[in-house]
Amino acid sequence: MGRETRAMQDDDGFNPAVLWLLDGESLWKANCAACHPIEKMKGVAARYPALHRKRLINLEQRINLCRTEQQKAPAFAYESRELLSLTAHVGRQSRGHPISVEISDGNRSFFEAGKALFHRRQGQLNLACVQCHDERWGKSLAGTTIPQAHPTGYPLYRLEWQGVGSLQRRLRNCMIGVRAEPYAYGSDEFVELELYLMWRARGMKLETPAVRP
Amino acid sequence: MARVVVSVPPRARRGDVVEIRTLAGHPMETGFRRTQLGELVPRDIITRFSCSYNGVEVFRAELHPAVAANPLISFTTVATESGTLEFRWSGDNGFVAVQKAEMVVV
Amino acid sequence: MIDRRAFLLLAAGALAAPARAQLPPNIAALRKAALGEAVHKATGGAPVRAGRVKLDLPPLIDNGNTVPLSVSVDSPMTEADHVRSIHVFTEKNPQPNVLSAYLGPRAGRAAVSTRARIADTGVVIAIAHMSDGSYWSDQVNVVVTLSACLEDGLI
Repeated sequence: MGRETRAMQDDDGFNPAVLWLLDGESLWKANCAACHPIEKMKGVAARYPALHRKRLINLEQRINLCRTEQQKAPAFAYESRELLSLTAHVGRQSRGHPISVEISDGNRSFFEAGKALFHRRQGQLNLACVQCHDERWGKSLAGTTIPQAHPTGYPLYRLEWQGVGSLQRRLRNCMIGVRAEPYAYGSDEFVELELYLMWRARGMKLETPAVRP
Repeated sequence: MARVVVSVPPRARRGDVVEIRTLAGHPMETGFRRTQLGELVPRDIITRFSCSYNGVEVFRAELHPAVAANPLISFTTVATESGTLEFRWSGDNGFVAVQKAEMVVV
Repeated sequence: MIDRRAFLLLAAGALAAPARAQLPPNIAALRKAALGEAVHKATGGAPVRAGRVKLDLPPLIDNGNTVPLSVSVDSPMTEADHVRSIHVFTEKNPQPNVLSAYLGPRAGRAAVSTRARIADTGVVIAIAHMSDGSYWSDQVNVVVTLSACLEDGLI
């Protein structure tokens, strides 16, 4: 991404995602703050996806678990304003923290599944993630530079969407790009892939909410 | 009301030129996009933005579909006296958003 | 993803009105003319001189949907000598107007920033109208790139 896009991201007051952050703050105060002081969320986003009762879940799913189990309220829909705002607000608390997803016996099978997905050819174009993002990063694709694809700033404001979206939305984009049927939001495949991608980005600083072209 | 953010320095010296930044949450639907079925998505944009300083308009802008979604508008004004800056956005489909900020001028 | 029913509707629509969503072949000429008209409307046909205005935007644009754009004008911004208004236009958008800002001596400085949509590689123009009635301008050539992988269209 260019210098100006970077500047938009670093602009604390006027990163376009701030509109979602403010919504997230209001939602947090109204729904979550009673049990969770926001300061306790520092570092949390940097270690997701995580295990919960032996299941691998991402941050969105963790928030929805609280909604349904603790608050006895309906889960927020994926990509809804509420869920994006809350995830952005929680993620923001870990801005600057190194991504610290660790692989252990508990999540190894999910990790291997995610790794396999990253290496699997798919779609009409029959391309695997690894071919562009490991083997050809830095090269050009249709006028754009291929990134290494480290999800260091999700949920983020994507200029293409003109709004904030989750990592899964971006991954669906990639799959549509190679003309594959994208996995459903919240599917096991996506969470496993998220785990692999976050592990691949380990040590990099979280930039949530980032701005990307 | 739509979410808006304004940044006005809370304090300024008389005669200082202060920078004001504003951001409004709005999709700014251009009216040029089409659905996959070929139908035009109707225009829905903010068309006007104004800033009044103790009731006197000090800045005004007309926005067109070429302004990006979630429009940011930054401008400057001279800190003349303490008081209220009122920001008003208006547009298609009766859209209105208002925000106020106080500035102390010494 | 598009489902079967929607696909059939889409195909039927495409057969029924093939020219509905297409651009005319002389689009470049049309847009140039529209730009000229928009500038004429803003200036009343008065001569526009290059200078005093500084239009800032990245020469290589990541994504044309949101382009940081700033205009500043060299002016003392006094009652006697100030910028009345600033108008920004682009050449390659479906319509040429971007933003018009109305200033005056209370602005202190003639400086406006926003984020614009620039559809395609081409020219962006800023014109300032001064208190003495004169018009000054600056223009920048920009290259717009696009994301390699796009999402589905809207349905």
